[in-house]
Amino acid sequence: MKHAFVRAALGVALALPLAAQAHKMWMVPSATVISGDDAWVTVDAAISNDLYYPDHFPAQLDQLVVTAPDGSMVKPENPSTGKYRSTFDLPVPQKGTYRLALVNQGLFANYEVDGQKKRWRGKPEDVKTAIPANAKNVQLSEMASRVETFVTQGSPSDGALKPTNKGLELVPVTQPNDLVAGEKATFQLIVDGKPAANLKVVAINGATRYRNGQDEIDATTDKDGKFSFTWPSAGMYWVNASTEDTKTSVKEAKQRRLAYTATLEVLPQ
Amino acid sequence: MRRILPFASCLAFATPALAADMNLTVEIPTLKVAEYHRPYVAVWIEREDHSVAANLAVWYDVKKADGEGTNWLKDMRQWWRRSGREQTMPIDGVSGATRPAGQHQLRFSDGKPPLGSLAPGHYELVVEAAREVGGREAQRIPFDWPAKAPVHLSASGTEELGQISLDLNP
Repeated sequence: MKHAFVRAALGVALALPLAAQAHKMWMVPSATVISGDDAWVTVDAAISNDLYYPDHFPAQLDQLVVTAPDGSMVKPENPSTGKYRSTFDLPVPQKGTYRLALVNQGLFANYEVDGQKKRWRGKPEDVKTAIPANAKNVQLSEMASRVETFVTQGSPSDGALKPTNKGLELVPVTQPNDLVAGEKATFQLIVDGKPAANLKVVAINGATRYRNGQDEIDATTDKDGKFSFTWPSAGMYWVNASTEDTKTSVKEAKQRRLAYTATLEVLPQ
Repeated sequence: MRRILPFASCLAFATPALAADMNLTVEIPTLKVAEYHRPYVAVWIEREDHSVAANLAVWYDVKKADGEGTNWLKDMRQWWRRSGREQTMPIDGVSGATRPAGQHQLRFSDGKPPLGSLAPGHYELVVEAAREVGGREAQRIPFDWPAKAPVHLSASGTEELGQISLDLNP
């Protein structure tokens, strides 16, 4: 019994550092390569452990920004947020590549009131009123994350792919809807518009429920922020990178955490 | 036309570019399946760098209202990637309605659309078929153009395509 307890405790201890990262946020479109200008896609958006099974929390659609090939913003149709996932529809009448992004920016606060640990999450302008005056050990950190996917009707285009130069972003070298198993695809990561060198990028194919391992593949960005994957098989890949720096927008926050995630579909040869 | 052909091919030995042509037979197999739809089929010629030298045929559902038949062109995913996604349907002299099971003969002449004038070199003829609620298959036949002597080439499909034969005449 004692051994079992120790083992369990060890297990928890080992799992804890990972637990913070275990939940994966994603958007999965019903199709990424589309022909015909009357086509629509329907998209699921959620935060889950397994890819892509909504089992934890729906994504918040107020963070959704959809950019059409001509650079204009598109309003999603039929948005709905359920227990485990959000969904929305998107007509794709324009030829070219659409970018779908969940953009999340905010402040995190950890503090203590009368010995009780408290957490707060919100917008920078609300932080002063949200944290009580008697709070102690206030620690603020800033967070900027971006969860994207891409849909192309007809030929790929890059009008919707221009970076905002805020936070961690992906700049495609290979078109994100032109990915084929066995071929190499290259992308660039940038932070505030500048190359993000030496960042680890992971890619995990979906349908993790039906295999034992995550079968993660990884790459590291070079001095230009570029990285490549040669896709081992077709599938819907979850590609993720994160980093942190001290370039916060509020001076009370010492740290800025940055994350980028894309769902990229790789088709068979 | 047919009578002139032997004469033309004699001439062709002297000036190969004159009457070179290709005769293609594409077989759509008869399938015993519960729900059958005629396949979408694309036939094209690729250069060695996989760029498309000519689109020869695209058979798809042209009858559906509002061009809805174009929604599944992407299922011929190699053709879609190599060329289809850049096309505006229908393609004059290339696209047409889906065809039933059986052998379909197509003839293309050098210098005339849709084959046009192929620069001398190594190419691949690609035939790709995709069927609604069915499978998808592509077959390739490598060839050199122009042919120095009549050549018979072939490929055998396994699922969505039957026998494919390509006869090249100088």
